[in-house]
Amino acid sequence: MFKRSDQDTRRPLQIFVDGTAVEAREGDTVSAALLASGRDARRATAVSGAPRLPYCMMGVCFDCLVTIDGVGNRQGCLVPVAEGMQIEIQKGKREIGR
Amino acid sequence: MRATPKRDNYDIVVIGAGPAGLAATVFAAEAGLSALLLDENPGPGGQVWRAISSTPVAEREQLGADYWAGADLVQAVRSSGAEIIHRATVWSLDRNLEVGVSVGGASAFINARRVVLATGALERPFPIPGWTLPGVMTAGAAQTMLKSSGLVPDGRTVIAGQGPLLWLLAAQILRLGGRIDRILDTTERRNHIAALPHAFAFMTSPYFAKGLAMMREVRAKVRVVTGVNELSAEGDGQLATVTYAAGDRRETIPAGLLLLHQGVVPNVNLAMAAGVEHRWDDRQLCWSPVVDDKGNTSVEGIAIAGDGAGIAGMEAAVFRGRIAARAAVQALAPEEAAKLAPMAMLRTNLARAERGRAFLDTLFRPARQFRIPKGDTIVCRCEEVTANDILDAVAIGATGPNQLKAYRRTGMGPCQGRLCGLTVTELMAEARGKSPQEIGYYRLRAPVKPITLSELAAVAKTEADVNAVVRG
Amino acid sequence: MSKEYDVAVVGGGLLGSAISWGLGRLGKKVAVLDEGDIAKRASRANFALIWVQSKGLGMPAYTGWTVRASETWPTLAAELKEQTGLDVALQQNGGFHLTLGEHEFEQRAQLVTRMHNQVGAADYRMEMLSVSEVKKMLPLVGPEVSGGSFCPLDGHVNSLRTFRAFHTGLKLFGVDYLPERPVSAITRAGGEFHLSTPQGDIHAAKVVLAAGNANQTLAPMVGLSAPMGPTRGQIVVTERTVPFLPHPLTTIRQTDEGTVMIGDSKEEQLDDRVLNHSVSAVMADRAQRMFPHLARLNVVRSWSGIRVMPLDGFPIYDRSESQPGAFVACCHSGVTLAPNHAFEIARMVAEDALDAELVGAFSARRFGEDRAANGSGYY
Repeated sequence: MFKRSDQDTRRPLQIFVDGTAVEAREGDTVSAALLASGRDARRATAVSGAPRLPYCMMGVCFDCLVTIDGVGNRQGCLVPVAEGMQIEIQKGKREIGR
Repeated sequence: MRATPKRDNYDIVVIGAGPAGLAATVFAAEAGLSALLLDENPGPGGQVWRAISSTPVAEREQLGADYWAGADLVQAVRSSGAEIIHRATVWSLDRNLEVGVSVGGASAFINARRVVLATGALERPFPIPGWTLPGVMTAGAAQTMLKSSGLVPDGRTVIAGQGPLLWLLAAQILRLGGRIDRILDTTERRNHIAALPHAFAFMTSPYFAKGLAMMREVRAKVRVVTGVNELSAEGDGQLATVTYAAGDRRETIPAGLLLLHQGVVPNVNLAMAAGVEHRWDDRQLCWSPVVDDKGNTSVEGIAIAGDGAGIAGMEAAVFRGRIAARAAVQALAPEEAAKLAPMAMLRTNLARAERGRAFLDTLFRPARQFRIPKGDTIVCRCEEVTANDILDAVAIGATGPNQLKAYRRTGMGPCQGRLCGLTVTELMAEARGKSPQEIGYYRLRAPVKPITLSELAAVAKTEADVNAVVRG
Repeated sequence: MSKEYDVAVVGGGLLGSAISWGLGRLGKKVAVLDEGDIAKRASRANFALIWVQSKGLGMPAYTGWTVRASETWPTLAAELKEQTGLDVALQQNGGFHLTLGEHEFEQRAQLVTRMHNQVGAADYRMEMLSVSEVKKMLPLVGPEVSGGSFCPLDGHVNSLRTFRAFHTGLKLFGVDYLPERPVSAITRAGGEFHLSTPQGDIHAAKVVLAAGNANQTLAPMVGLSAPMGPTRGQIVVTERTVPFLPHPLTTIRQTDEGTVMIGDSKEEQLDDRVLNHSVSAVMADRAQRMFPHLARLNVVRSWSGIRVMPLDGFPIYDRSESQPGAFVACCHSGVTLAPNHAFEIARMVAEDALDAELVGAFSARRFGEDRAANGSGYY
């Protein structure tokens, strides 16, 4: 869906998406890194389970909700990636305590 | 851990670090006011100058001169003495000018003598069939990824809609080597005629030459279909095709990415939650705060600058920010105001920057069918409520957006109406034969952005309030 | 606009809707007069409990009335489902009032004892449970929970869907729901009532005042009184989460949609447009001490509402002696009592006589000259 510009010389770093190592770049938001990875990053909504991907990328639509380092329903488009970050794609309602 | 506010009170708190917020902060701080600038993003710039201090796009001309115009203000704010906090989410503001802000998972309450809201704009909802499918995004979303991560579309890509940002984005994508298969222009043909009376002002505005050049640049490389009056996205759990109609022509084209845009509207949530009076703007088809010529709102001490006060664009935002800040300085430290640019000059500059806006508003007025959806098209993305659901509720007595919540939960999800509010107002207005102003908007309250229960629990509590909750 | 109605119901909240639905069900020609989009609407701000425990201290008749409602809820839910297809998510497997620390536990235990000792109170098996007993039923409680009271008759419902079901049903019964018609005056002439609204008069043989706290000003227009003592309540609600709470609590419930509602305060301040963050903080703090897992959930909204609260906390149902055909109904707990309003009060209005055995105790005449009172209409 998206590709990286060859001008991009930012430092690569590694994050984990559902346990799999994925390369991101320093300064990416979680959502940008997921969309750049080419992986299936579709979440399932808490209402009907419908698949969604980020829509606005600016913090207003909440379609980028994702579990980051064990905390559910974070806005992936507002959180910068960090080395070793653990990302989980959410399916349905957030689990209690996560 | 990120920095939290150093003090619990400031002369001025500015919310939003886009053009208006940066300009307001610089003015206020340079006049000696204690100033705090709060912004939700990782760096300054807002949407238009997003990632200006971190973008990986090295070839400057690819993003354009307007983008880099923000660099001076960013430099100025950093040396202004103002305190700046990024990744700070303001979730509460009230008429006592108390600002609730969440930074790094902890909330602080700050008292301000003046608040300047520079919360800018968000893209107008574009509720077509299939707009919730993965692969359908806003044009602004693509532009955000382009600026901040140097990402460009590389599969089959369709851009649909209208307005200056759409052409700018298309030009930027092409310059960075991205792919665009088709542009579907939804501008209504009759708008061209309606906009004519405003054409002279536009031709003498800075937008004119820039706009023409950009459209030419894009049209040379991408097939553009004009007069598109029907649009839908299809796919099974993922966008697969886009179908459009333009006059007699109807076509379904394969697509992996559909970027939608039909203008921007003020981001009103925080202002409304603070109790600021808003009115329906018939020309821009959105809610705008009622402000005076200094940006002052109906709430004493709260001013709004930039697109949050009605869409006027980046250059106007800078001057509106300065005007609001100057008014604050005049009120709090009148002896310092003389050091700042005179108000009359700021107003002249603002008037020049606003020239041509009426033309753009009229030409790019979104068509009815793209604002007021029908049938099974989703209106409220969070609660997955369709146009038909809303009409059913109207039929059994829902009078406005607030009553509609009781019937259908619209606006009750995490986005708090940002992606459905305008649609709901216009849909109900049409169904009930009333004006949007008569129908009204959601009554919004803090938290305007979610905060965790533990964060809320950590807020200071009074004994009286403990007693108001605890009972045998 | 002049149209003849058997009954005009003033107020389209849960109480007015329930009575109107009940009248429509009996074949009456009914008009419901309501306000517009912005109004003080207790039935949109409620906590949606069907609550029995601790109701009626100081007035045994209220205990009986509440138990009757609780027992009739399944009938109402089934009728609404059959008529409208809407499932109101009724759940009546018992509810808790949890306590934090020993002091709260002892206080609650004393209340339970007072309830049990009250002569004439219906036996609804409210009992104190120890921590270990609570944990068997609510495994996720935190270490500060000291126990609580439990009543098997307690439950909850989706109150917004109940509201929608009533309104869907009103339409099907041919009841005219007339919003944006606040009533400014009621007069009686030629054997019928004339209700003045901004969109013209409505004429009806009978009138039922179900306008919440506004009954205070409306009731004297028809020779009745409705002394009220409203309070403000504040609620916060979280995002949806997987089901974790098998029973509702007085202050925490998980909706069938998955959101967690956390209540609630009782404040004198009556402006429902402002929020008190300190109050929200107390509620959030108590909620996470009761269920530590809740701490990381996001709060997505909060709101406040003005409780409809007769001066002593107990319902008021009255029929006017000076202006026959005029009734007043106001109460807190409009969710709990909905079946009584839909079935019993509607029937009594249709028959033009209040059933003394069922509701005789709830006449506003009980206030007499001395309006001071201190019952526990509230839990």
